[in-house]
Amino acid sequence: MTHAKLSMGQALNQALRDAMRADDTVLMFGEDVGALGGVFRITDGLTAEFGEDRCFDTPLAESGIVGMAVGLAMNGMRPVVEMQFDAFGYPAFEQVVSHVAKMRNRTRGRVTLPLVIRMPYAGGIGGVEHHCDSSESYYAHTPGLTVVAPATVADAYTLLRRAIEYPDPVIFLEPKKLYWAKDEVDLTEDQPGIGTAVVRREGTDATLIAYGPAVPIALEAAEVAAAEGRQLQVVDLRSIVPFDDETVCAAVRSTGRAVVVAEASGFASVSSEIVARVTERCFHSLAAPIRRVTGFDIPYPPPHLERHQLPSVNRILDAVDDLQWEDA
Amino acid sequence: MTTVEEHLLPSAEPVRLLDEHGVRHVHPRYPMPAADVLVDGYAQLVTGRRINDQAGALVRQGRLAVYPSSHGQEACQLAATMVLAEDDWLFPTYRDTVSIVSRGVDPVETLTLLRGDWHSGYDPYAHKVAPQATPLATQLIHAVGVAHAARLKGEDTVVMALCGDGATSEGDFHEAVNFAAVFKAPVVFFIQNNEYAISVPLARQTVAPSLAHKGIGYGVPGERADGNDLAGLLAVLGEAVRRARAGEGPQLVEAHTYRVQAHTNADDAARYRDEAEVKPWLERDPIKRLDAYLTAEGLLDDQRKQEVAEAAGRVAEELRVGLMADVSPDPAELFRHLYATPTPQLREQAAFLQDELDREEA
Ligand SMILES: Cc1ncc(C[n+]2csc(CCOP(=O)(O)OP(=O)(O)O)c2C)c(N)n1
Repeated sequence: MTHAKLSMGQALNQALRDAMRADDTVLMFGEDVGALGGVFRITDGLTAEFGEDRCFDTPLAESGIVGMAVGLAMNGMRPVVEMQFDAFGYPAFEQVVSHVAKMRNRTRGRVTLPLVIRMPYAGGIGGVEHHCDSSESYYAHTPGLTVVAPATVADAYTLLRRAIEYPDPVIFLEPKKLYWAKDEVDLTEDQPGIGTAVVRREGTDATLIAYGPAVPIALEAAEVAAAEGRQLQVVDLRSIVPFDDETVCAAVRSTGRAVVVAEASGFASVSSEIVARVTERCFHSLAAPIRRVTGFDIPYPPPHLERHQLPSVNRILDAVDDLQWEDA
Repeated sequence: MTTVEEHLLPSAEPVRLLDEHGVRHVHPRYPMPAADVLVDGYAQLVTGRRINDQAGALVRQGRLAVYPSSHGQEACQLAATMVLAEDDWLFPTYRDTVSIVSRGVDPVETLTLLRGDWHSGYDPYAHKVAPQATPLATQLIHAVGVAHAARLKGEDTVVMALCGDGATSEGDFHEAVNFAAVFKAPVVFFIQNNEYAISVPLARQTVAPSLAHKGIGYGVPGERADGNDLAGLLAVLGEAVRRARAGEGPQLVEAHTYRVQAHTNADDAARYRDEAEVKPWLERDPIKRLDAYLTAEGLLDDQRKQEVAEAAGRVAEELRVGLMADVSPDPAELFRHLYATPTPQLREQAAFLQDELDREEA
């Protein structure tokens, strides 16, 4: 399929389909992924094409879903499971932290777990309580997990294909507000793999570092800044773990100023990690302390107050203005 | 002395005192509730239906973010609270709006969560109603804790803990039933089995003979009732509450009902079930059968019915007006209720947001 206009949801569906066609040990299961095709329709049509043994509904139990994936992976399968929403993944947290993340390590590499845990992730859709959360830091903080978050339609496809082929467990975070975002893409075109960040927009004045749902807003801010005469570079992490120090540091060194943009609460977060490691590596190239634009340190707000939590173009531009410009 | 099987096993058939034509069936263990209770129950059913209809309309007008309807399940929702005393507790889920309202909570406050203003719109202590739980089965263990505390304090409080069929697959459900058994906590676990967990039919949750059987392994008696028969539900739940209050321990009750509408407005039921499956359930409507029975018994006439309909209409109208009012929850609240004393960082963030809002105004 070359050059089709696809939504991110459709690209994810195509990635699952292609992976299941390519390898019949790939299984997809979870809650409502069968006849319904998932509440976001990411598994639409998979049961029809591959049958009940390859794409199936489980009893309603996240710990059971992830725990069964561990056993299936131990016995030669490549399970891909869906957590219905990020905030409903917590019953499985025990399995993820105690077993999924540790199996390779505790068996000295004998037992590996090539499995993928997909979850609709973060906010911006006006969902009621427990339908939005930004849980990446819990996973990123857990050694043994690989954590990726696509921000573009092309990446959604490529990163999911790579995640399914990956030799280790991958937490695959799908920004739910981008599910319907469409783009003209060529799925056969090779994209960088897991562990690689990319520069989405060139710029010379300051670097915006973002991932997942924050990438489009960072790009929008760069657009507005350009109209006002400031050239902002935008780096899309794509992969939180492994972290691409090289690309990120090269970008920051080239501008000397940086702002990290993320939806999640800032305290003890992925965004704090980014600031720490970039500062450690690029201190002498920095013209100003790195700033962050993140969610407040509060539980995910109800729909009518959600906009206050999300990074906005204005907040990003204000942070950029704070980067100790000589002419200011 | 009864055998273990007799003590723990549910009835062979779901308990039913009124069939779908409103014809009375005598049950050896469960007497018919008093006439005035049934007449009051009828009025509450009609009100509950109007609340469901009104909430559905408000979703279509964009006034509610989402509404999980309990249309057709009103008898379960009402029986759950009608059997409780004032000091008893209710632990509801997202679908239990009608239960919560019947407990005395203001309908607009009940729907605050679903409107999207705040994560719970009422004071849980005011009517002894816990915040509606969305993560499935998690509230059931809290219910056990509240019940255990009541026992420790020497109160004879009973806790009614609600969940759906799908939720019985979660680990928390099993931990809750086991804890309640071990601590002999006065909890009634009431499962509204409406046959579906979003798209997944009961057959994908369990191969047990019934959900009421799930108590056996934990030493907790199970019972089941026709979930569209208010009379049968009141009798069964009333007995479970009596037992719990008398110190005889927890019980598990399964109501057999059906989700006649989609899971929520965001769900497309046509993808996973045949419309033909729904029709017979509409015939088993809980309001119709109670209406038929009470009318035949001379306990309900056209004038009373009209009064009931008008009173229900007033509740629906209040709900409509309350929810049509434009809301603007105070953003400062985002920081106010996290800690007894806000952290310095939260105070700083609150000031940042206020400054941003002031600039927006200007
Ligand atoms: C822990 C958890 N996982 C997933 C969900 C998403 N979800 C919301 S309702 C629902 C179906 C629940 O079915 P059931 O327990 O039968 O209750 P019903 O909705 O039929 O009243 C699911 C899967 C959730 N709320 N909590």
